[in-house]
Amino acid sequence: MIYWDHAGTTPPDDDVVSTMAEVMKKHYGNPSALHQYGEEAAKLLKKAREVCAAALEAEPSEIVLTSGATEGNNMAIKGAALQYKSRGKHLITTRTEHPSVYESFRQLEQLGWEVTYVPVDANGRVDVQALADAVRKDTVLVSIMHVNNETGAVQPLMEIGQTVKQRNHRTLFHIDGVQGFGKLEVSLKNWQADLYTLSAHKFNGPRGIGVLYVRRGVELFPLMSGGQQENGHRAGTENVAAAVGMAKAMRLGRERQPEFYRQASLIRNKLLQEIADIPGTVMNSSREGAPHIMNFSYPGVKPEVIVHALEELGMLVSTKSACSSKLSEPSRVLLEMGKDMSIASSGIRISLGRHHRLEDAERLIDALKTATGKLRPFIERKGTTN
Amino acid sequence: MTYDMLLLRFGEITLKGRNRNRFEKTVYTHIKAVLKPYPKVHIIREYGRLYVELNGESAEELTQVLRKVFGIVSVSPVRVCPVDLDAIIETALDFLSERELPEGTTFKVNARRVWKAFPHSSQEMNHLVGSPVLRAYPNLKVQVKQPEIELRIEVRENGAYLYYETIPGVAGFPLGSNGKAMLLLSGGIDSPVAAWAAMRRGLEIECVHFYSYPYTSQLAKEKVIELTRILSRYAGRIKLHLVPFTEVQTSFVGNGQDNMIITLMRRAMLRITSALAERSGALAIVTGDNLGQVASQTLASMNVIGRATELPILRPLVTMDKNDIVNQAIEIGTYETSILPYEDCCTLFVPKSPTTNPNLHVVERVEASLERLPELIEAAIAATETVIIKPDTDISRISGKESREPVVQEEWF
Repeated sequence: MIYWDHAGTTPPDDDVVSTMAEVMKKHYGNPSALHQYGEEAAKLLKKAREVCAAALEAEPSEIVLTSGATEGNNMAIKGAALQYKSRGKHLITTRTEHPSVYESFRQLEQLGWEVTYVPVDANGRVDVQALADAVRKDTVLVSIMHVNNETGAVQPLMEIGQTVKQRNHRTLFHIDGVQGFGKLEVSLKNWQADLYTLSAHKFNGPRGIGVLYVRRGVELFPLMSGGQQENGHRAGTENVAAAVGMAKAMRLGRERQPEFYRQASLIRNKLLQEIADIPGTVMNSSREGAPHIMNFSYPGVKPEVIVHALEELGMLVSTKSACSSKLSEPSRVLLEMGKDMSIASSGIRISLGRHHRLEDAERLIDALKTATGKLRPFIERKGTTN
Repeated sequence: MTYDMLLLRFGEITLKGRNRNRFEKTVYTHIKAVLKPYPKVHIIREYGRLYVELNGESAEELTQVLRKVFGIVSVSPVRVCPVDLDAIIETALDFLSERELPEGTTFKVNARRVWKAFPHSSQEMNHLVGSPVLRAYPNLKVQVKQPEIELRIEVRENGAYLYYETIPGVAGFPLGSNGKAMLLLSGGIDSPVAAWAAMRRGLEIECVHFYSYPYTSQLAKEKVIELTRILSRYAGRIKLHLVPFTEVQTSFVGNGQDNMIITLMRRAMLRITSALAERSGALAIVTGDNLGQVASQTLASMNVIGRATELPILRPLVTMDKNDIVNQAIEIGTYETSILPYEDCCTLFVPKSPTTNPNLHVVERVEASLERLPELIEAAIAATETVIIKPDTDISRISGKESREPVVQEEWF
């Protein structure tokens, strides 16, 4: 089997797994306890926080440990909206965000906030002019993702950050960075990010832990109340072993990023070219996107059929994002990019990891040709195969 | 923006007549120490100033490093070009192109011909460079008195130096140029700031910390070592005396004079510190006392406590506002460590209502009644361990934890 679902989750590094096992056995103390075991656990947690901060060129005090992307995004969006509601109740995002962002905004709408959804172009990139026009005096938060989890579209974060801050310097800028870290360059300073969400299992770290970067000076209304852990941002006993494992994965992720980018780009270029040549393919990703996520459709064929056909041939790929792929609804992301119903309902996603090589790509292309060959009578002709 | 050099200016030390040379040499040594991690740079000494040739190192980073060196009043990033009028004009134009120049920005050229063989005088240079600059940047307006941009040009035999930014440094006196003092380092917010203020005024300091193991934790001790380590960035290295205070401190408990316990403790600390000062040749004790902040820092308390030593007590923060102290602590990088919540010996056995107005006679009587006190103080002095802390000191090694395997294992990260 070749695993092509790294945007869904990545295999944890062997080193990460063994480190965590060791830490779990040796340091089970509660970091909040005053005794020696507690002190030791606290020390490990501190070091883990420092390593995470260094990977983002941030301060340790700006790192809030979360349970992952969903919590990080919820905490950033609802926490900022609640904390700063006296500044206004207007928020901005797009309709192509991850469900944990999108649904947070939907909830806030129900609670009386006003949300502007900025459109994206056919490649999934935010219309920056429309965004600029949407920022108002009472805009508290703008939330835009770095890399789209379904299509790999990359948002012009520097331009967005600049635009938002120019229009209203008090407006906070949240970035869902989950699919970008370790893949593309990250620069919170250049982006003028106030909040930035990461999830460890997307960069070969453990499940169940993530980071929310909260720029110094920004306050969030805590969604979890209880103890004073994480500077009061998040009550709950810290998961020390996972924090250590994530720190390691984050350091490695950052170190390996340039090499990953180079390697993945090679593979992506080949895949993009040759998959597009397969009759009936509608390509939903472009070369301007991130090199590790590609999306394409076979209109008229249920994506599950392709997924299972490829599985037969030893290839594990996914449909839409893992978080919504069990629902047989069209992709909100593809619809927003202007794709029609039959394309948006049949998206297939392949996503690369750091061990993929060009030969793997060749096998995938062959498998895809075989699978679609059998299904040809069912595929609608769309003509466009860009 | 790329620069070729940094120009460092000295402040009041240049006024100090005969001592100037010694002061400058001290700064020079300090600068050499902080520039050690940057092997490419080259330092040039001149009367009243220093030049640091960057040779490719980052001007921004080095400016941040150098402006923290005591005795440096300001830093200017410099561009160097060949000694040739056209080259100088071209460099000036290019230099200003990297800066935003809003309409009406005031400007002047201030040239200095150090190398007298250069054909144009300083006066001529102002004009010869000023005119093309003004033509190229119509937003600029000449103003001779206090212009927003003063483009300085120094014409020297080996090159022309151009600069217009002046980034303030911490100023003060070069490190150690005003003698040595002991500093009481508690682990709170104030004492590290007092240490920094004392060092900036040219004092070399040795830190003294009292710990009450096992009542205070290992982490409290490590915190103080970490604070010293942060301070050592400003000094290169700092001596830290760790005094075991448990016995002395507990001898004050249960004498029916609980409200006086802080006064007694502080006096014992001063006695021990005085003894350490004598050993080290220090001539004063620096504290982070801040008038009225806590019971031991009322004027009456300071009076009674201060009488326990013959050495002058220097209190750099005594009249400062707490907010300013906090801001200073953030600025020098000690704040985050200071606010870690570990108990130090001063917060143990604290009475419900410590006296704010101790009576010297009563205090002295209580001390006299404690027969073992002199002996316990002697023992504490004898058992004091002294460590030298540098910016790259490994804390876990010093804090002397029983030799289990280290908690933080590098390969885990």
